[in-house]
Amino acid sequence: MTGSAIKLDEMDFAYPGGEPLHFSTVFEAGSFTGLIGPSGSGKTTLINLIAGFEEPASGTLYFDDVNAAGTEPADRPVTMVFQDNNLFAHLDVFTNIALGVSASLDLSTGDKALITTAMDKTGLSGLGKRLPRELSGGQRQRVAIARALVRDKPVLLLDEPFAALGPALRRDMLQLVSTIHKERGMTVILVSHDPADVKFAATHAAFLDAGRVVANRPVDELFSASDIPGLHAYLGT
Amino acid sequence: MLATRSAGFNPAIIAAAVALGLIILAVATPMLALVAIAPSMPSLGADYLAFVWAITKFTLLQAGLSTLLSVAAAIPLARALARQASFPGRSIILRLLALPLALPALVVVLGIIEVWGRQGWVSTLVQGIGLGGPLNIYGLTGILIAHVFFNMALSARLMIASLEQIPPENWRLAAQLSFTSRHVFRHIEWPVIRSVLPGIASLVFMLCIASFAIVLVLGGGPKATTLEVAIYQSLRFDFDPPRAVLLALLQILLCAGLFVLGGRMATDIAVMSSVGKPARRPDQSASRFTDVLTIVAGLGFIALPMLAIVVSGVTAPFAAIVSQAVFWRALATSLILALTAASLALAMAWSMLAAQRTIMRRRTPSRTASALVSGLQASGSLILVAPPIVIGAGWFVTLHTAGLAGSAAPAIVAIVNALMALPFVLRILRPAVVGQAQVHDRLCASLGISGWQRWRLIDLPVLARSLALAFAFAAALSIGDLGAAALFGSADFVTLPLLLLQKMGSYRSFEAAGIALLLAGFCLGLIWLAEQLKPGAQAQ
Repeated sequence: MTGSAIKLDEMDFAYPGGEPLHFSTVFEAGSFTGLIGPSGSGKTTLINLIAGFEEPASGTLYFDDVNAAGTEPADRPVTMVFQDNNLFAHLDVFTNIALGVSASLDLSTGDKALITTAMDKTGLSGLGKRLPRELSGGQRQRVAIARALVRDKPVLLLDEPFAALGPALRRDMLQLVSTIHKERGMTVILVSHDPADVKFAATHAAFLDAGRVVANRPVDELFSASDIPGLHAYLGT
Repeated sequence: MLATRSAGFNPAIIAAAVALGLIILAVATPMLALVAIAPSMPSLGADYLAFVWAITKFTLLQAGLSTLLSVAAAIPLARALARQASFPGRSIILRLLALPLALPALVVVLGIIEVWGRQGWVSTLVQGIGLGGPLNIYGLTGILIAHVFFNMALSARLMIASLEQIPPENWRLAAQLSFTSRHVFRHIEWPVIRSVLPGIASLVFMLCIASFAIVLVLGGGPKATTLEVAIYQSLRFDFDPPRAVLLALLQILLCAGLFVLGGRMATDIAVMSSVGKPARRPDQSASRFTDVLTIVAGLGFIALPMLAIVVSGVTAPFAAIVSQAVFWRALATSLILALTAASLALAMAWSMLAAQRTIMRRRTPSRTASALVSGLQASGSLILVAPPIVIGAGWFVTLHTAGLAGSAAPAIVAIVNALMALPFVLRILRPAVVGQAQVHDRLCASLGISGWQRWRLIDLPVLARSLALAFAFAAALSIGDLGAAALFGSADFVTLPLLLLQKMGSYRSFEAAGIALLLAGFCLGLIWLAEQLKPGAQAQ
């Protein structure tokens, strides 16, 4: 599986009573982009538009040059991990991951092997029977990532999934995502409010401000740039 | 000099202890009287014991079936209303679901007879299209229809409240994972419904066990009688206190057992907090047709009897009704009872909540204070264990022996009605008072605002609407209640529901329809008035 290129072409969106947002940018196939920017700059809205949870008022979204207009979230080449509530509280770890393979939970032997592999990959071996409430915050997010792995989609969207974790654990999780990205070549977009996370794991960084993508460049280039309005005020440098 | 925090009881705790004492006195006195009389009861014949066994079985059967039907009908209705969040008129429909709880049972019975009775709308329709003879509403069928009317709406509202707590991420996840309506029910909705179902079912069961006015009017004879109605008949028709005592003790045992069982079964679903914005449900469009059908059917079942009350009420001979002195006497008695009961319920609830707030604020509450909190929490639900008819029967037996049943009737009815309203008043006030405490307690303490100044400047402006709603609801419950008033009723002590019952019993159905409409108007008008108050700053 290789990642898809994502192009947001002059996409407009506004929440009722909210400020208008306007997105126009490209995420290269196989890139790992960290989205940074002040609160309310539109980071989560941008990935919700890509996932199909929000409909743009105008503009077009392309996956590998294919127009995504009217495509249901389930049919997009995308899987997403949220900040919270990624798991169904009454289902055990194995079943939560299995929903990524079959919503009816009709699993073949191959499917079960796939789930076990994903659990091994994400450090969840032996935890299959545990309920979400019996897991730590980091383990819960690992389950969500394992489910994203079994869904085998070319694009992985991460909406601040590690924000509630401590610094060391957050690093571990970023390392895990980074490893998966390298192995599978997926296109990864990570929303983060910590630029250090983006520097640590991402290949690219995009800075959003006031509902626009102000810049989208390779990580080193973006953080050393002096021509990006608002970036240094945001970073406090 | 710094003031030290008092380790003793403050006025809020003393007031709550007094309220708790009054509640225990009001409930325990008649209970002790019943227990004291029990050993001196003449031996009851085998025939009577068989009768008691039969009505106990019927009491459980009607409550069980009512619960099953109410909950089974509420599930699809709640799902449909939760799923169709943008359905036209949804907020009006949700308000309509809240109305049955505020309507007097006797008024609803009249509306149900208008719709489902022998000469009712449905019978006329069924006969008109040649599908059979008129329907017979009296007996188990009528009781079930009336109980489902009240409890389907209540259950659906409680389920909708739980379904609306599902975090938006779950819907986004469902959209990503290609969930169909069946998958959504299996993986998302059913776990939520299942967690609240035991609590809802036990509440409905308790309400149906203690249902009085519905069974009294629609029961239609010894085959369809419950313990509550049998207690009333033992005292009012047969004047046989020993038998009433036996039935009352049986009812208490039954209710206490169910209360304990219900408490064990009830599980609160963990509130799932979310930082996400509201999400569109993936099953909304595909289920729209069946949802609309379900909503229309549920709405029809609830709205038709209410419409019938209005339709038959507006053509009532109001001139004849208001020309009767007994009507004005009943109206005055009902209003005085309602205002007294509501004031009493509000005072008890406020003192209980204020004391709880005071005690819980302490880092290390004393053992006595902790026991008081437990007592206060339990006392609010005491009326579920000892229903109004049972408390009324105990007082009736006690006071009758002393020859005081007539003169003490208004006070006893007001107290019983206040106790009946207490769980509802607490339910309305507790979230507002607790929320208010969380927001303002530390700020008030740091600014030295306490006592009357705090009540006047902080609590009252924020809590005014909740207090008014609680008062209006308690008054509406009291004004429409038939329970205790039916036991103590006499030529000198008549309430509006009693007058309505008399009119229904003497086949003066036009006058009954007019009184029913007035009663419904009073109850809903009170709540409407309270709702006109603007929410406090915190509620906003």
